[in-house]
Amino acid sequence: MTAYITSMRAIVLREALRFIHQRERFIAALVRPLVWLLVFAAGFRAALGLSIIPPYQTYITYETYIVPGLCGMILLFNGMQSSLSLVYDREMGSMKLLLTSPLPRGWLLFCRLVGSTAISVLQVYAFLAIAALFDIRMPAWGYVTALPALLVAGLMLGALGLLLSSFIKQLENFAGVMNFVIFPMFFLSSALYPLWKMAESSELLHDICAVNPFTHAVELIRFALYVELNPSALGWTLLATAIFAVAALVGYDPARTRIGRRG
Amino acid sequence: MIGLEAAGLSYSYGRKKALEDVSLSVSPGAFCALLGPNGAGKSTLFNLLTRLFVASEGRIVIAGHDLRNNPRAALAELGIVFQQTTLDLDLTVQQNLNYFAALHGLSGRTARARIDAALDQLDMRERAGEKARALNGGHRRRTEIARALLHDPSVLLLDEPTVGLDAAARASITDYAHTLADQGKTVLWATHLTDEVQPDDDLVILHRAKVLAQEKARDIAGDVSLKDRFLSMTGAEA
Repeated sequence: MTAYITSMRAIVLREALRFIHQRERFIAALVRPLVWLLVFAAGFRAALGLSIIPPYQTYITYETYIVPGLCGMILLFNGMQSSLSLVYDREMGSMKLLLTSPLPRGWLLFCRLVGSTAISVLQVYAFLAIAALFDIRMPAWGYVTALPALLVAGLMLGALGLLLSSFIKQLENFAGVMNFVIFPMFFLSSALYPLWKMAESSELLHDICAVNPFTHAVELIRFALYVELNPSALGWTLLATAIFAVAALVGYDPARTRIGRRG
Repeated sequence: MIGLEAAGLSYSYGRKKALEDVSLSVSPGAFCALLGPNGAGKSTLFNLLTRLFVASEGRIVIAGHDLRNNPRAALAELGIVFQQTTLDLDLTVQQNLNYFAALHGLSGRTARARIDAALDQLDMRERAGEKARALNGGHRRRTEIARALLHDPSVLLLDEPTVGLDAAARASITDYAHTLADQGKTVLWATHLTDEVQPDDDLVILHRAKVLAQEKARDIAGDVSLKDRFLSMTGAEA
């Protein structure tokens, strides 16, 4: 049993060390949502009228509306970034070290997932802190109740990243996947606009948004930030996590893949 | 008792056969060189032996454990040095070793003692705090060998570990691997360089996905040098 905990600690620590060594990554991860929050949202405030929809009980500014979506954005980008680093690890060979450890492969990949999620969640809190400095605040308890929601959403997006990394053979293929995954997931969700707004434009787009797991992740975070539980969002997010994780495990099964295929 | 055994391994990438009915066996404490030109299938064989790939046919036994039925026990007995460096260059030597020890479930005092011992064995103790990026090729390899020994495996696999090293570093690492075999480790050493093979070593010649010969190096060479024999065996068909 201790071997499991030891390996978990080491893998999470390695992720943390790697993150500390990439300060640019941390800054980029913070600047991106802040630009959206402080520039894009300010410009769009006038253009988008929001009505009172749960969990909000009063009129809110657009800035307040998009905070959960931007939390989701951090998790989404980080999930993809960690999958990028998995592809990199594979090209550089350090993935082989992980995969030839005598512990079960599923456990090792899970540890990796936990490590990258923990780091994503820390970044989300850094973002929320800066947003609070600009007077975009959530209820105080919301910062606490958001934690489990952020973890679940982070695991879901990390599992998606893991799944993608099992398919992507080379780093060069990654840019395309980013465009085909990150942008559609983000824009076809409730991160930037409530779904009823989308329905006014197109029923089809609304339906796509409604099945997008990222929408559910964002809604889960949105409700949690207001100390409320959105059970259906939680259910869909957990289901998506399970599907992505199982598919990733299949992708990393040595009998099916050629993880080490090089040289 | 057998240290490492592979029987009837076949593997292909699509239509291209990388290994065809490859069998080899290495007794405990023996140094076995796996000699083959580039593209012979050495790395594919290593990927199968380390379970990065699973062979469609054949079976692998490591220190008595079947890799297919009991992969975790088999991997626990395996120390591996991959052809490409697998160190995390931004981490120090010590951090790299800590990480690996933890992947094998070693922690705390046990891990520290093993790491110190492995570093001492390879004269790397004073470099423990240096970042892997700052090390030269020879020292990086030593770090990787130290790492492969941490969990005290009985079988060591080294895939062309001297690639890119200068003559002195190459000789020193080759000698060290022979010492490890003398100390009781089963060593499989892949190379395409005949001068890394000593006359008393077991030798497997792999060419175009097949095993051409498996005997003592001295016996394969016969009355010519191993280099000439190897060239005539592999070059004549080219």
